Amino acid sequence: MKTLIKILVIAFVLSSCKNDKKANIASDNSLEEVVSNEIPELSIYNLPSTWTTQDNRDIELKSLQGDILVMVMIYTTCKAACPRLVSDMRNIEAQIPKKNKEKVKLILVSIDPETDTPTRLKTFAKENNMESEQWLFLRGSIEMTREFAAVLAVNYKKISPMDFSHSNIISVFDTNGVMAHQQEGLGVDNKETVKTILELAEKSNN
Amino acid sequence: MVSFFRLILVFLVIGCSNTVFGQSESEMVLVNGGDFIPLYGTDSATVVVRDFKMDIYPVTNSDYLAFVKKYPKWRKSKIIRLFSDESYLGRWEDDLTLGADFLPNSPVTSVSWFAAKAYCECQGKRLPTVDEWEFAAMADENIPDARILKGYNQKILTWYEAPRTFKNTIGSTFKNYWGIHDLHGLVWEWTLDFNSVLISGESRKDVDKDSNLFCGSAAVGASDLMNYAAFMRYAFRGSIKANYTGRNLGFRCVKDVEDFH
Repeated sequence: MKTLIKILVIAFVLSSCKNDKKANIASDNSLEEVVSNEIPELSIYNLPSTWTTQDNRDIELKSLQGDILVMVMIYTTCKAACPRLVSDMRNIEAQIPKKNKEKVKLILVSIDPETDTPTRLKTFAKENNMESEQWLFLRGSIEMTREFAAVLAVNYKKISPMDFSHSNIISVFDTNGVMAHQQEGLGVDNKETVKTILELAEKSNN
Repeated sequence: MVSFFRLILVFLVIGCSNTVFGQSESEMVLVNGGDFIPLYGTDSATVVVRDFKMDIYPVTNSDYLAFVKKYPKWRKSKIIRLFSDESYLGRWEDDLTLGADFLPNSPVTSVSWFAAKAYCECQGKRLPTVDEWEFAAMADENIPDARILKGYNQKILTWYEAPRTFKNTIGSTFKNYWGIHDLHGLVWEWTLDFNSVLISGESRKDVDKDSNLFCGSAAVGASDLMNYAAFMRYAFRGSIKANYTGRNLGFRCVKDVEDFH
């Protein structure tokens, strides 16, 4: 029995170390590869996925290349954590200076594509004052969503017809789609997240 | 709605044609669906699983070798880091040679979720969901749900303590009620929605505290606290990432019954 518990503990520890390492590698890569046209190995643009926006437009994920992306996974019928995640996103947005705003896209990906139709996403955007060009809502198939969450290390589960339990993670990607930073939790200090975004924006100026 | 279905279609045809590897349909068996209460279920506790066909055995080294021969992008030297960590097929000699002490009919391990998923999709199959896997795996030799039997859980826990079982060959553990081998006793297996497990509330501060999955599940979801073996599996799933590879982590595929002719 002791061995079992030990294994379990090791598994948790290992996975958390791994995570840190990954984040470091990602940011190292992004430093060097920002100028190249090749898609880096760790880029989310390696995912061959097409998504639908709140304006009912189909877009390739790849078409976002060149922008700095701030992403979160939510669902619109959510009453508990999502409003706070949404306000975290707005808070981050508010801290991006005007001159850099157009380089950044703030993206909300639905984990409930069955319910979150483009119309619904549009309404949600309106209700939450997220109607400017920077805000993008994405909806994919159930499979794509599961895969995308796997890339973002977001876990989620449907726990009733209208409710999901999910990780609260906001991720920042560089202009090549490589993850540069992740912020975990609700209403946490977003200083690092904003700093990362601003650094990436500076770099893309050069 | 149309575009939604198109998306699914696009997704399904990504880079695969028909195949000459893996277990054919005759090497899959039917699992009659039903409802059951998994360790971590929905609020309503009971989960309905539809009929599906499951590979009798985990995917072997030789199956996987045939796959990477046909699809170079999944070879050890070609796979991109987004899809797998550095230890992918770690002990293979090179792209197309198994490790020296590998048996062709041992389960393939050290493959990431992306790789396992691609393997299944390239055969027109898919990875099982957590619920499907758990449903099939609660059967012992004689009955579809053996979880109440003390001896059954004990047997599984004994395996969890046995070292290096991944070196054994497929079919070396018992054939269960459905005719499936090696769900317990050989390797851990990937599931399609392994990242639906939110169990690590302590190590990650990201769990939605207002929903009651974690706290509430002590009362609702963790319906079978006796089932410590299942808890181990869920905890493992909750702790890994999609690019993770492990020497004791393999997979098998399933297929929806409607897909069979």
